[in-house]
Amino acid sequence: MLELKGISKGFGGVKALSLVSLSVEAGSVSALIGPNGAGKSTLLNAISGIDPPDEGEVIFSGERVNRLSPMAIARRGLSRTFQHLELFGEMTVLENIMVGRNARTKAGFLAAGLRLPSGLREERESLSSSEEILDYIKLGHHRDDLASNLPIGEQRVLEIGRALATGPKLLLLDEPAAGLNMRETRDLGELIKRIRTEKGITILLVEHDMDLVMRISDAITVLNFGEVIARGTPLEIQKDPLVIAAYLGDEAA
Amino acid sequence: MGRGNSIALVLLVLAVAGLPFVTTGSYTLTVGIFSGINALVAIGLCVLMGSAGQVSLGQAGFYGIGAYVSSVLSIKFGLPVALSMIAAMAVASAAAALLAVPALRLKGHYLAVATLGFGEIINVILNEWGPGGPSGFGDIPHLSLFGYTLSSTTSNFYFIWLCVAAGLVFSLNILNSMTGRSLRAIHGSETASIAMGLDIVALKIKVFVLSAIYASLAGALYAHYVTFISPSSFNLFYSVLALMMVVLGGITNVWGGVVGAVIITILPELLRKFEEFDVLVYGLILTLSLLFLRKGLVPLLIEKAARLKGGTDARA
Repeated sequence: MLELKGISKGFGGVKALSLVSLSVEAGSVSALIGPNGAGKSTLLNAISGIDPPDEGEVIFSGERVNRLSPMAIARRGLSRTFQHLELFGEMTVLENIMVGRNARTKAGFLAAGLRLPSGLREERESLSSSEEILDYIKLGHHRDDLASNLPIGEQRVLEIGRALATGPKLLLLDEPAAGLNMRETRDLGELIKRIRTEKGITILLVEHDMDLVMRISDAITVLNFGEVIARGTPLEIQKDPLVIAAYLGDEAA
Repeated sequence: MGRGNSIALVLLVLAVAGLPFVTTGSYTLTVGIFSGINALVAIGLCVLMGSAGQVSLGQAGFYGIGAYVSSVLSIKFGLPVALSMIAAMAVASAAAALLAVPALRLKGHYLAVATLGFGEIINVILNEWGPGGPSGFGDIPHLSLFGYTLSSTTSNFYFIWLCVAAGLVFSLNILNSMTGRSLRAIHGSETASIAMGLDIVALKIKVFVLSAIYASLAGALYAHYVTFISPSSFNLFYSVLALMMVVLGGITNVWGGVVGAVIITILPELLRKFEEFDVLVYGLILTLSLLFLRKGLVPLLIEKAARLKGGTDARA
């Protein structure tokens, strides 16, 4: 599904990522973990094209995408959420999801302004599929509330719903559990598992909540100082001496 | 369109239809005509600013292109006025697209600066190369539709407000569509809009072109109504005035453009009795309104009305 080959990225003199290679199996939940500043968000930005890598290749569904714009990458079926929430705050919960569907619609200004049948049909389709997603992520009761008025936990879920509306093959989640309480985190874990099993969408997440990561991931990659230091199943990662050292400091190793 | 918009539209149609019957002489209707022409410019600017979050300081340029291109085509080339108006709108659209492509690739308020320069360039061109130079030219034919020439004040008043109503409905439809939601999304978060696969550059160019179409239509209507034009009607002052209309009326609602345009057009007329102090009072009123009506009149009124009804929905 996703293949990273030798990704490097520097900011000024600082090397944020060096020669990161990674592969995400179709239909899996993969996690990317590592201490703060390890380069996890930088890697997600490199994959989604928001901040392209200096070197290396990003292969998505068999196509090299690291020279493409983030818009073009999104349209090929890669969607994401943001660590610092990027909801459309002044729009309702339903509207946020509907925007997720907009890139798949064709009607333009003229069809919209004159309410041509083609535009109205797309409008109805967009509404019904967005309402379906709204029920799927269990935010139906907030349908007409402004997105900015939701509590953080539900805003994170809404970001996932909006990303689902684009009809992705691969979903990148950037710290989806940040700011969530225990119950919300558990529900989030269930939602991620459902998305994988029921919708068959591959998931790559960056997360600090180890409990969540160990519970839902099939494969974990550990980054430290911009390099991959370990990869494996949750059980393997928990026992890896390099990973323990990275998290607890070198003295513990 | 929601229920509120439909009710407001019916009220507007009744007011416009009734006005010629309750006024004597052509003065009120003439002010009404200029209000309508300004309202068209303001609606276009409102969509650009309120939904896409872009600012234009060059609407006078498109307004001028509409007036000049349509007049010249109808006089020198003998084109039917309806056709020359459409051609003028096409020229303005092309100019807007050419201007927007480089300006919108940059982030921030580059469009505002670029449009400011554009408006001034158009004004210089009209002064230097326009027929009659700075003193302008006359004998512009009236608009004829289906063999009927719009020469009377009343017929122009009706036709121009018909255009305003059509322009309003068109904008409201866009804002309530997927396209409108995409525009508001860009305003909300460009990063997320791109990640959702929206072509934000194309959308921004299109909405800018739309605002230019409204302004050029207004310019053409102006020229074929007053039948005499000169560059001084299409200078930076007019661009600023258009901005004022939109800010005063409220950028988040296209009705704000209409309300702002009517107020800004009528206000100087009402202030005539202050004689030489009229500009002072005008400035004072505008300054105070901008200080105390930050969101603009229409969104503020909607909020007040919602609160009176006891509703919790404070969306404008």
